[in-house]
Amino acid sequence: MKAIVTVVGKDRVGIIASVCTQLAAFNVNVLDISQTVMQGYFTMMMATEISQCSIPVAELSKRMEQAGKEMGLSIHVQREDIFQAMHRV
Amino acid sequence: MLNQKDILETQAMIEKQHLDIRTITMGISLLDCCDPDLQTCCDKIYRKITRYAKDLVKVGCEIEAEFGIPIVNKRISVTPIALVAGSCDTDSYVEIAKTLDAAAKTCGVNFIGGFSALVQKGATTGDWKLIRSIPAAMAATERVCASVNVGSTKAGINMDAVAEMGRIIKKTAEATKDDGCMGCAKIVVFANAVEDNPFMAGAFHGVGEPECVLNVGVSGPGVVHHALQQVKGQPFDVVAETIKKTAFQVTRMGQLVGVEASKRLGVPFGIVDLSLAPTPAVGDSVARILEEMGLEVCGTHGTTAALAMLNDAVKKGGVMASNHVGGLSGAFIPVSEDEGMIAAAERGTLVIDKLEAMTCVCSVGLDMIAVPGDTSASTISAIIADEAAIGMVNTKTTAVRIIPALGKTVGDRVELGGLLGSAPVMPVHSEGSEAFIARGGRIPAPMQSLKN
Repeated sequence: MKAIVTVVGKDRVGIIASVCTQLAAFNVNVLDISQTVMQGYFTMMMATEISQCSIPVAELSKRMEQAGKEMGLSIHVQREDIFQAMHRV
Repeated sequence: MLNQKDILETQAMIEKQHLDIRTITMGISLLDCCDPDLQTCCDKIYRKITRYAKDLVKVGCEIEAEFGIPIVNKRISVTPIALVAGSCDTDSYVEIAKTLDAAAKTCGVNFIGGFSALVQKGATTGDWKLIRSIPAAMAATERVCASVNVGSTKAGINMDAVAEMGRIIKKTAEATKDDGCMGCAKIVVFANAVEDNPFMAGAFHGVGEPECVLNVGVSGPGVVHHALQQVKGQPFDVVAETIKKTAFQVTRMGQLVGVEASKRLGVPFGIVDLSLAPTPAVGDSVARILEEMGLEVCGTHGTTAALAMLNDAVKKGGVMASNHVGGLSGAFIPVSEDEGMIAAAERGTLVIDKLEAMTCVCSVGLDMIAVPGDTSASTISAIIADEAAIGMVNTKTTAVRIIPALGKTVGDRVELGGLLGSAPVMPVHSEGSEAFIARGGRIPAPMQSLKN
């Protein structure tokens, strides 16, 4: 099962490191990362494997959102299926 | 892998354009709960609903969190109570309404639909008992929704039931006067009611449905509005294509959530209702879509054509996105629940006569309309008869959900709160229809050929 993690916020040192550390703590494997900085805003998308995740997906989503708030970032974890459904026939 | 643009587009739809799943509704058959003893019947009903729907809200919340898509309402619909209670030895079905209310509260759902009777051709003793229990049932409960089907293309219109429903709506307004006549917001009078509608207040679990089923209603006026802002001034061919593509995306999401929820609940997936359901929030209005097409204010000349195109494009786009489509499928125009409709009604551009014309080309009918408190029962019945006639002749579902705002008149507003919004009191014709309604009987079913 895959999930897409999106991270948006003001750019600063260590965003990728802290997000990856959080994900690793829940045994989430990062498969792919794409990242840009637009007008000082950091935008990152990660494809992750969550089959071995140590907590339920709904809980992971809540924890990451909370962790994002503490870092001044907007973090969403969403099952990949929703994007596939909406953008692939 | 998915590209960034697609991911960001989906997130913008959800966060900025109010995209959501409007409802997942579990339909539960209560046909095996019949019992001559009222209390036993109530016990069976309560036990069955709370057993089948105990995880509905929990599963809904889990899916919300995992997919990052809000599921605004989790609801239950049941077999029309007039059928279930027909064998009960009682004169009033209010106790059953209270049982439904209690079951809804236990399950954590915000509405339960099915306090209903289907009387398009004639009413049984049980049907009349149910209809006459509606005012007290609406006053005694918080989450129960009632509906009565008074006409159909095959049966014609039961004018005795139409006349009675005018009086019932007035009585319900009186019974719930202290609560902004709220009871009337939970009563729908249908023609050609559908058996798999997930939307309240008109949802019930039809007799042709399985033991238990899960239906989904999607929403997304904000998404369509946003998409149309990108094609300003373009011809209608482009507008229709844009709406179709958007409706496809919205419906795919509904299909995904419906299948996932039914899998987790162990209940068969029924249908996706291809709907554009507005909310009172700014940016979530059907009226504003019509205005985006070039109308100065919703309700002016051109509104019916704009709505016809919107409604058709929503269906065309949505139908390929789901393996089973049903319910009321189409754009909803509930006045009190749509910020743009409220503004147009307050301005006087959107009037009941125009809304009636609009209902010929879109989903459902005269929905969430407040009229002056002194509107007579026969005038309300006549409004219902007009709407039922449109449904009957055009082979479509129509409905009336009308609120006689006691103590209020044109220019006032009725505050209903939450998703029900606030309804500006709209003028009705002062000339009476009393003798017309007093005739009773049945309007015969219409010709299905010689269409003109």
